[in-house]
Amino acid sequence: MHVPDGFIDAQTSFAAGVVAAGGIGVSLRRVGQATLESRAAMTGLVAAFVFAAQMLNFPVVSGTSGHLIGGVLAAVLVGPWLATLAMSTVLGVQALVFADGGISALGINIVNMALVPCLGGYALFVLLRAVLPRSRTGVLAATAVTAWASVVAASIAFTLEYAIGGTGSVPIGQVFGAMVGVHGIIGVGEAVITTLTVGAVLATRPDLVVGAADLPAEVLHPHDPMDVSA
Amino acid sequence: MSAVSPPSRRQRTGAFLAVGLLVAVGLAFFVSQVASSYPDGLEKVAGQEGFLDTADDHALADSPFADYAAEGIDDEGLATGVAGGVGVALTFLVAGGLVWVVSKLPKAARARP
Repeated sequence: MHVPDGFIDAQTSFAAGVVAAGGIGVSLRRVGQATLESRAAMTGLVAAFVFAAQMLNFPVVSGTSGHLIGGVLAAVLVGPWLATLAMSTVLGVQALVFADGGISALGINIVNMALVPCLGGYALFVLLRAVLPRSRTGVLAATAVTAWASVVAASIAFTLEYAIGGTGSVPIGQVFGAMVGVHGIIGVGEAVITTLTVGAVLATRPDLVVGAADLPAEVLHPHDPMDVSA
Repeated sequence: MSAVSPPSRRQRTGAFLAVGLLVAVGLAFFVSQVASSYPDGLEKVAGQEGFLDTADDHALADSPFADYAAEGIDDEGLATGVAGGVGVALTFLVAGGLVWVVSKLPKAARARP
């Protein structure tokens, strides 16, 4: 879903850039709040994993592919603020080194693929966690639903940006239908990959999952295979 | 008394990070070579709805790793794999370095209420 330069006009791209900078600024101020162990290395690892996973396009319907966005994965693992920084790094490196995603559109892409899933997505995740059972299954169910919703939300965010500053003359209802339709399917892939990855981390190091930090280790993983001292 | 003590929490986290990075490198170097080359959702929609031609060429389209292909490597799969490996290293260093530096700043290091 990397937006190239040209789809959205300069004013709208600039406004998105201001919003993106604001989100990154707030996240930088919150770094000190993160109690996660080895937060710098974990943020780096999450960024590296998301970068790698984003290269893996999987085929969906009718000659179309999708790939993980990874914002919800990042947020569940390291929390919303470090996740925003990890995702913004990935998007910045992609635009500046790999020519993926426009340079003037970087703000748009950070809004859609960092702020929407890491901040909006994490808010939904917390909400779902509150109504779901306090268990490993509850965490994974909240992860799956949020991951799917974040892809659809990102496609809606693009549609709104296109409605405000799209340079083409395509009716907005048509863009909305097409974007939400295809991303509703791609989102299923996002949910599967995100849930499998969070599940794997919960199985090995539940203490490194910020989104499950409120649950005791015994609830998440009764028999820790790594805990040789037990 | 056993000569081998159980790994400390710090060592276990180090092992987790090392395994995680190896997985990321493996995905970016090997699996990326067999990824689907169909257009992604947005590109497909843009083509279908007729606004794909409003995209500008990327300003850095001639850079050495543009489009995830390392310049000067003829083998297409290998060029993608090398670009992927470079990207994994770069994103790890930039994101980790950013958080590390900010954590060292006295103001940010204090937990806010």
